Amino acid sequence: MSRTVGIIGYGAYIPRNRIKVEEIAKIWGADAPSYKKGLMLREKSVPSPDQDTITMAVEAAKNALKRCTINPEEIGAIYVGSESHPYAVKPSGTVVAEAIGATPSIHCADFEFACKAGSEAMFVAHGLVKAGLIKYGLGIGADTSQGAPGDALEYSASAGAAAFIFGENDLLAEIEETYSFMTDTPDFWRREHQFYPQHAGRFTGETAYFKHSLSAAMGIMEKSGTKPDDFDFAVFHQPNGKFPLRVGKTLGFPKEKIETGWLVPTLGNTYSGASPLGLTAVLDAAKPGNRILMVSYGSGAGSDAFIFKCTDKLIEVQNNAKLTRDYLDKNQKYLDYGTYSKYRKKIIKNA
Amino acid sequence: MGITARNWREYPQRYRLEAAKCSQCGKVFFPPRLICNQCKSRKFETIKLPGEGTVKTFTVIRVAPTNFIDEVPYAIGIIELLEGFSTMMQIADCDPEKISIGMKVKLEFRKIQSDGEAGVIMYGYKAVPVSE
Amino acid sequence: MRDVAIIGIGMNEKWGELWDKSIRTIFTEAALNAMDDCNVDHIDSMYIGCMSGGLFVGQEHLGSMLADNLGADFIPATRVESACASGGLAFRQAFMDVASGMSEIVLAGGVEKMLDVDGGAATYALSTAADQEYECFHGVTFPGLYAMIANAHMAKYGTTRKQLAHVSVKNHMNGSKNHRAQFPFKTTLEEVVNSVMVADPLTIMDCSPVTDGAAAVILCPLDLAKKKFANKPIIKVIGSGHATDSIALHDRKDLTWLSAVELSGKRALKMAGKKIADINVCEVHDCFTIAEICVTEALGIFEPGMGGPSVESGITNIGGKIPVNTSGGLKSKGHPVGATGIAQIIEITEQLRGISGDRQVNGAKVGMTQNMGGSGGSSVCHILEVN
Repeated sequence: MSRTVGIIGYGAYIPRNRIKVEEIAKIWGADAPSYKKGLMLREKSVPSPDQDTITMAVEAAKNALKRCTINPEEIGAIYVGSESHPYAVKPSGTVVAEAIGATPSIHCADFEFACKAGSEAMFVAHGLVKAGLIKYGLGIGADTSQGAPGDALEYSASAGAAAFIFGENDLLAEIEETYSFMTDTPDFWRREHQFYPQHAGRFTGETAYFKHSLSAAMGIMEKSGTKPDDFDFAVFHQPNGKFPLRVGKTLGFPKEKIETGWLVPTLGNTYSGASPLGLTAVLDAAKPGNRILMVSYGSGAGSDAFIFKCTDKLIEVQNNAKLTRDYLDKNQKYLDYGTYSKYRKKIIKNA
Repeated sequence: MGITARNWREYPQRYRLEAAKCSQCGKVFFPPRLICNQCKSRKFETIKLPGEGTVKTFTVIRVAPTNFIDEVPYAIGIIELLEGFSTMMQIADCDPEKISIGMKVKLEFRKIQSDGEAGVIMYGYKAVPVSE
Repeated sequence: MRDVAIIGIGMNEKWGELWDKSIRTIFTEAALNAMDDCNVDHIDSMYIGCMSGGLFVGQEHLGSMLADNLGADFIPATRVESACASGGLAFRQAFMDVASGMSEIVLAGGVEKMLDVDGGAATYALSTAADQEYECFHGVTFPGLYAMIANAHMAKYGTTRKQLAHVSVKNHMNGSKNHRAQFPFKTTLEEVVNSVMVADPLTIMDCSPVTDGAAAVILCPLDLAKKKFANKPIIKVIGSGHATDSIALHDRKDLTWLSAVELSGKRALKMAGKKIADINVCEVHDCFTIAEICVTEALGIFEPGMGGPSVESGITNIGGKIPVNTSGGLKSKGHPVGATGIAQIIEITEQLRGISGDRQVNGAKVGMTQNMGGSGGSSVCHILEVN
């Protein structure tokens, strides 16, 4: 008999630094209004020099632990999904495990699948709990993503993390269904030793983002026998403001159901953290009985889809840790392009 | 190599803020010690330091050691985490001009330094203002 | 224990940027000057204060190298390290060697060759005198540690930015009369306050400089000094005190109070059978302006919190009731860390001999030195008296 598994704790982390589209556009002679309109994005988060995927993952995990009452030593697996792991070789997850006190009886792995690495960490963590192999599993999506200077990606590539603890008891949101959809579609990549990723321009749209996101969404609804009306919220991967709204519209989700988890206009694209952070914002606001559709997208390409149903317990713990919107909307510090360049190591000192 | 093992050895303190509390007189040591300098007891229990505290004193470093040169100016202070117990850490995410003695701070996991561009990254805690 | 006297003193002609001289040369120069000052043709043993030959010039094992360069073949030679108090502690070891009867003519020296490394590396090398894993790890510097003491002192006692500056102005005034000083210029309160900030509230003019330099003194039993070295006033070492405290500043209950200074001072005074009021002239460790204020309080020269108002009042000027740092102090004379403690002994010796020229404290009979390690993790005090 299959176990009922779900989220027992969740947490977010977003750095306080921001840079506005205008600040980037003025450096590259680009037209800020058309970027803002085209991307439906006004600003993005920027990590401080002392923040990386690991530090944000730890803070998000600590917030997740504040929303449950488990002993961290009982967490059986920690998976960190990111395209910006600080080390090319050496796990991020072990640092998180040590920092939250979950070592040494634990399984750790780092995932990478462009912007989908976070949802796949969630998928595997929940899957192991469902299989009965571990008591609790922690899945994290975190990124300090970079776009090449002047490239369209530079306006959106941002930083943030979201962490989810999965278990069988005291659920905040039950996982009702999962479904994944993948093909080999080279729309975006970064080769070993390259600093910035490359992308295939408009090829990233229809054949990549939209095909996989829509297929995964339709697939999970077909598998579960649900339709858009059955959902109170939908979270799609948000590389810019427009794409997730268009996916929602195509599927028949009104904008109101998307807006709660639509963080991108002031957050940017946190890559592996994007749809997971959107989910944390929805969980912060959801009520018992609400049903949530989440669909990630990672270039390369694929989408993971989840259906969550919120429990009565959710509202008891929402305020036990800092809310995602509080990270997003309060205490922002706006950087100029020079400071941003220094923070993001875009200034070459050894030339 | 020297830095790698030295840093790894301090993980309980740097990653989890574990301190030793004297079982006899209650004095807290960070890092843990083998003998209490107050009552000479050699028995300790491990405690976790709280994630919030108060600035006892501070400064803004404008001339830094080699490993921190790119970070100037940065604030650093002595943070009281328990009554009578303090330790040193940077005060991040704030305007140095706005720091004051007595200010409330919370601790966040951050990169403290790294062994060059290719060496190990050393993590630990920094204080950030609670009010902001 | 035998009574001990200082019979010879020597330094480099001038401290500062000694680009053409190596660590071995600057030390040997000072040591030969000290030997020539008392006309000894040999020494029986020596102690060399040096904080970090390893980090500054890649050279450890200074006992061997410096005895060899001094032509003092095969003598016992010991390098002593207690951060910036290395020199004072080397002197104490030499004093104990003579007092115990183990050796007759002993050299106490100090040396630091600091300018061969860049600023970041020098800042790092000096910061190793703090708790490496729990202070330096977070990026603190020595100016930073003393700046934290200054901010705590200002908050607790109302010590002012201007009072800190008075220390620098006074010491530069004194140093302007010292031909050996690295920075023998005069300065003003405005210049000190408006100089470039190093660690708030301390500006570059609150900080002692990075210096190349060496200093040496020769000690022998008092009886021998009276017999063979009486052509100059004989300076007796009547008190020696040494104390330690927690290396980490944050482990101290009162961030404004230097317990090691207090205790080393009390121990030296007790051995000497003197009270602090008996001291006519004093060289203290003004690595930063706030340090002089805290030290004068910890030694009991002034009440806690009164160090700032006292320096402002001029009481510590030459001609004041208790002149402090007549040499110009570390601030103006320079601070080659390992040599500083020995140079303090030399300044007091000259004052007691009555040869300090424009800096002379009239009628000085008893003088005191205080040499500090780190942010107050160690302190060494000595009391000298003219025979």
